[in-house]
Amino acid sequence: MAVKDMTKLTLGPIAYHWSAETRRDFYARIADEAPVDEVYLGEVICSKRAPFHEGDLPETIDRLERAGKTVIVSTLAEVMLTRERKATADLAAMEPPEIEVNNAAGLYARGARPHRIGPFMNAYNEATIAWMAGQGATHVCLPAELPGPAIAVAAQAAHDLGLGVEVQVFGRASLAVSARCYHARAHGRTKDNCQFVCEEDPDGMPLRTRDDAPILRVNGIQTQSESYLGLLPESGQLVADGVTHLRLMPQAVDMVAVAEVFRDVLHGGLAVEEADNRLCLLTGSSTLSNGFYHGAAGYRRIAMAAQT
Amino acid sequence: MSLAELICPAGTPAALRTAVDAGADAVYCGFQDATNARNFPGLNFTPDELAEAVTYAHARGTKVLLALNTYPPAGKVDLWRQAADLGVRLGVDAFIVADMGVADYIARTHPQARLHLSVQAAASSPEAIRYYCEHFGVRRVVLPRILTIPEIRQIKREIPCEIETFIFGNHGLMVEGRCSLTNYLTGQSTNMDGVCSPASDVEYARHEDGAMSSQLAGFTIDRFGPQEKAGYPTICKGRYTAPHRPEGYYAFEEPVSLNLSRLLPDLIEAGVHAFKIEGRQRSKSYVRGVVRAFRAAVDDIRAGRQANMADLVALTEGQKQTQGAFETKKWR
Repeated sequence: MAVKDMTKLTLGPIAYHWSAETRRDFYARIADEAPVDEVYLGEVICSKRAPFHEGDLPETIDRLERAGKTVIVSTLAEVMLTRERKATADLAAMEPPEIEVNNAAGLYARGARPHRIGPFMNAYNEATIAWMAGQGATHVCLPAELPGPAIAVAAQAAHDLGLGVEVQVFGRASLAVSARCYHARAHGRTKDNCQFVCEEDPDGMPLRTRDDAPILRVNGIQTQSESYLGLLPESGQLVADGVTHLRLMPQAVDMVAVAEVFRDVLHGGLAVEEADNRLCLLTGSSTLSNGFYHGAAGYRRIAMAAQT
Repeated sequence: MSLAELICPAGTPAALRTAVDAGADAVYCGFQDATNARNFPGLNFTPDELAEAVTYAHARGTKVLLALNTYPPAGKVDLWRQAADLGVRLGVDAFIVADMGVADYIARTHPQARLHLSVQAAASSPEAIRYYCEHFGVRRVVLPRILTIPEIRQIKREIPCEIETFIFGNHGLMVEGRCSLTNYLTGQSTNMDGVCSPASDVEYARHEDGAMSSQLAGFTIDRFGPQEKAGYPTICKGRYTAPHRPEGYYAFEEPVSLNLSRLLPDLIEAGVHAFKIEGRQRSKSYVRGVVRAFRAAVDDIRAGRQANMADLVALTEGQKQTQGAFETKKWR
């Protein structure tokens, strides 16, 4: 169990446009109650949202650090406009805290100074991870669609290079980003006059097929999976394969309780089956999926082989 | 003024010869495997076919660009390295790459090879482009289809390499190289397998009321009335419902083609060096018609003559077309 004891639970950056007040309350509770070791802050999806909450960043960092959490600030996934280039360069100049880079513009700005590689950087393989390590990367978050056998190879390579390696185990997967805002489009607006309509959907705007099956979620310029990734049954194998950090993405559910379920499995010996049942109750109408891990369609939920 | 090279699709050896004969300055193609982003059944080249193609193209002054623009999953990088080695042996003129590990391998192992940065790398700022130029010696960037002409002009001032933009064909909506929609529904990955809304997972279902559903892996991507023409179920061009849109709407984009022919002179003036025609999956006659029309237009513009834009616009006549992000920010 020694390896499991070293495994860290992390909380990814909030993907949605939650209000500043909601964020303050959320992180206060995370600081006080959630059994996560590391917390990623910062706006990753839309540069227009950042002014609403970036003023709170120093206080939030302080609050989380006083609670013993490691704080990392994540950079934008898409960098195109002047304000996005500046925001990325400004974050890259910070130290501390640690930063997680999600766009090559951030890599350029950061240079050889230490940084983490975010899930939007497409670190799919050992050659790319080795390249990134040589440029100052200390930690890599693998793409959510990478299947289990590739995760094992990538984790081994990262370990050999002395890097931390992270995999998302909970929450909606990012499936696409675009220059166009699909939230604004749904409301007959464009990105420039969006009036921040994405704030209405704290867990993403559901899209359904025309025969009424849930399929995708829209979050501004981002398209997400309808299902939450739920790699609780796979977490033991991930840890055995050398994954050092398991990432929970913030959703509009009780994230403290979600983190407790993962903690109880990793460190408390809670049976996976019982834990998975608890997780299903917490996520309500959103289904859990693990298809990507098993090399199947991402939305699928592949049953565990019978464990003896 | 830039040379305005015309970069044309070659999905098959026959299409390659057609594009060369129709006046392409360069053709782009890939091997029959996951190393390129159009890994579709019946498309692409065996090593022997590529060898013949390079000979054919070079004899006519046309360059051959090899697409190695997918992302190898860990444990499988050798397939991409072997493809690069083979491309060098066969004498291709440049490699179109996206993955940093692949770019690094080619830059170190074949330092004389010319690298182009694929649109799949999603480099949309001067800083991102400079990263690839400075570290891997990238000589040309294929820009994502999300930038306006003023933005392209600004980028050109700040980067040390050539710019290639798409000018005609499929209008990609998502940032390329960051899209897992196909893998989410089908289990095949655009980034790792070179697959997008694969035909093997497509079904059309006729309903009692005469309507038709187009489906991908069992998901209804669109539903068409009896009088509507049923389109191909590409996920990002489907119609869905949302809480505010119960009637069903194109949540991402309408099924339109990109046609920037009207903007050709402006793009040349903005500093675009090369123009890419999309469509490795299209027929020989399509390739012939499109390449000939753009060849004539580019030659007219180079010679200072008024280009006959009507021919180019007519290529998509009867179909919906767009100038996408290039014309106005309102697209976003």
